[in-house]
Amino acid sequence: MENFLMRLRKVNVLWWQIALVVLAILVPLPLGDYYRSVLWRTGLYVILGLSLNIILGYAGLFQLGHAAFYALGAYTTALLNLHFGVPIFLTYPFSILVAAFFGYVLTRPILHLRGDYLCIVTIAFGEVVRLVLVNNLFGITGGANGLSGIDLPSLFGIVLRAPIYHYYLMLLFLFITIFAVQRLQNSRLGRAWMYVREDEVAAEAMGIDTTRVKLLAFVLGSGWAGMAGALYAGRITVISPDLAKFLESVIMFSIVVLGGAGSIPGVFVGTLGMVTLPEMSRPLRAWRDAWLGFAMVIMMILRPEGLWPSRQLQMEIRSEKEEALPALATDN
Amino acid sequence: MQFVQQMINGITIGAFYSLVALGYTMVYGVLKLINFAHGDLFMWGAYLGLTGLNFVLGLMTGASAWVILPAVVVVMTTVALAGVVVERVAYRPLRSAGRLAPVISALGVAFILQSLARNIYGANWKTYPTGITPTGGFQLAQGVRVSVMQIIVLVVSFVLMGALYLFVQRTRTGTAMRAVSLDHDTSRLMGIDVNRIIGVVFLIGPGLGGVAGMIVALYYGSFDFTLGWVFGLKAFIAAILGGIGNIPGAMLGGMLLGIIETLGSGYLSPQWKDVIAYVILILILIFRPTGLLGERVAEKV
Repeated sequence: MENFLMRLRKVNVLWWQIALVVLAILVPLPLGDYYRSVLWRTGLYVILGLSLNIILGYAGLFQLGHAAFYALGAYTTALLNLHFGVPIFLTYPFSILVAAFFGYVLTRPILHLRGDYLCIVTIAFGEVVRLVLVNNLFGITGGANGLSGIDLPSLFGIVLRAPIYHYYLMLLFLFITIFAVQRLQNSRLGRAWMYVREDEVAAEAMGIDTTRVKLLAFVLGSGWAGMAGALYAGRITVISPDLAKFLESVIMFSIVVLGGAGSIPGVFVGTLGMVTLPEMSRPLRAWRDAWLGFAMVIMMILRPEGLWPSRQLQMEIRSEKEEALPALATDN
Repeated sequence: MQFVQQMINGITIGAFYSLVALGYTMVYGVLKLINFAHGDLFMWGAYLGLTGLNFVLGLMTGASAWVILPAVVVVMTTVALAGVVVERVAYRPLRSAGRLAPVISALGVAFILQSLARNIYGANWKTYPTGITPTGGFQLAQGVRVSVMQIIVLVVSFVLMGALYLFVQRTRTGTAMRAVSLDHDTSRLMGIDVNRIIGVVFLIGPGLGGVAGMIVALYYGSFDFTLGWVFGLKAFIAAILGGIGNIPGAMLGGMLLGIIETLGSGYLSPQWKDVIAYVILILILIFRPTGLLGERVAEKV
């Protein structure tokens, strides 16, 4: 009987996943172009959120300059396409490589920093990348106006112009991302990340090469953000240094933290709250920064583990809270 | 001579950084928290100063530099109280929640304050009323000039910083602040009301920040809602440079950053001056995270 229930549960999960995939494929069909674009944007930020989730959620490294790598990916695609006429699809691997390379170079010297110090350095790196793009280093980034006239991607001679094509393109990459992230999560590397997140000293004592593990988180996460940047450049065809601005990094950061660090469904929930809702409601868009800030304060006070946390992290935060309770009692 | 002129300008900007950096460093001292909201409280000082000045100017005929004084007092009080409210609402409930939850909460408060300013005052540049800022200056040598406004800025900043230093070193509350920055529990055992001391820190820091916001706006004449973010980050860099948690360090770091930045934009290129500041931050954090004066742990506040 128990065996049967367990099997039912397993079947259930699979069916759920299939149902969600079918839903994701069917959902844009009855909608207009506006909502298809909103869905595309949602998906793009889910990909970005999942890429940051590797760094922030699994490895627990506080990256507040993630948008820099997103921008680097977009600029790589744009530059290759504009100057060398490389078709958009062929630029994707280069975008990933460039973003991953910068992820390596920029984070290598700061890996020993922790918590809030890491936060500040990554903010500084993000701003440096943005300012380099604005100041038009080497005269190729187009300054504050950015680059325009990027080709749309084309497949077998068909130019992908309509939002629906881009939606399915994004969906393909979203599925790849989810699959990859899920595999990573349960891999040796994924377990090492979580070990480092929980207790770096203990992880090191158990023989985990913490420097390498943390570096891998940054390289993989940054590279994948570059991928999202390439998707953006091929869809919008105009890019500017605003892609790297701090607000973008904070949006990605809050998607992960508010959804639930280390949790894949959490990233979906976070994106709905931080990107999709403000996109669809005009007053919320004007007050988006306030909404973002408000959500961050309230969540930290009421539900620090996020809206849809990974079970593991939730238990940890709960137990920390209980440990901290006596201290709280004497505090007031 | 250009060098001397650059130094004078650099020290003036450095004085602003120092004033704002003090707020970061004091909060970090007692709570070990990067108070991201501090930059935006500073920006609110600029906006409230604008409202206050316009209000006072509306009451009287003829503009005079003396209307600045009541406006400064009002701004200082309001921003200081706002700082205390922020601490009560957004930081106190997180006192025992580890070190990162308060940082995220602080970032949230920063965004709320910025969004409020943009939606209330609008996203365009604001200019202070003309005719009230003292003009004129002294020609020290060929090509070296100090304006009256620069002198006022320097005098006000040094008086405020000196007063703060004496307050922290000589008074009972100041001593209690230094104790709290070392150890909350032991301070409580010694009969110090830790919450009250933290409240005092959140009065003084944002109060100074608010005054700085108004002086910066008077000095430059115009500003917009991004002032808090840009200036706040620079001031934070200054605090790190001097050694965060260290009051003389914040003053020194602010001055140094102002000078380096002005020299950099004078001799290299003005558009790279922000990059210079960020690179300093990165280098300091990589090679000497304690900052220049960071090793004097006993002096921490």
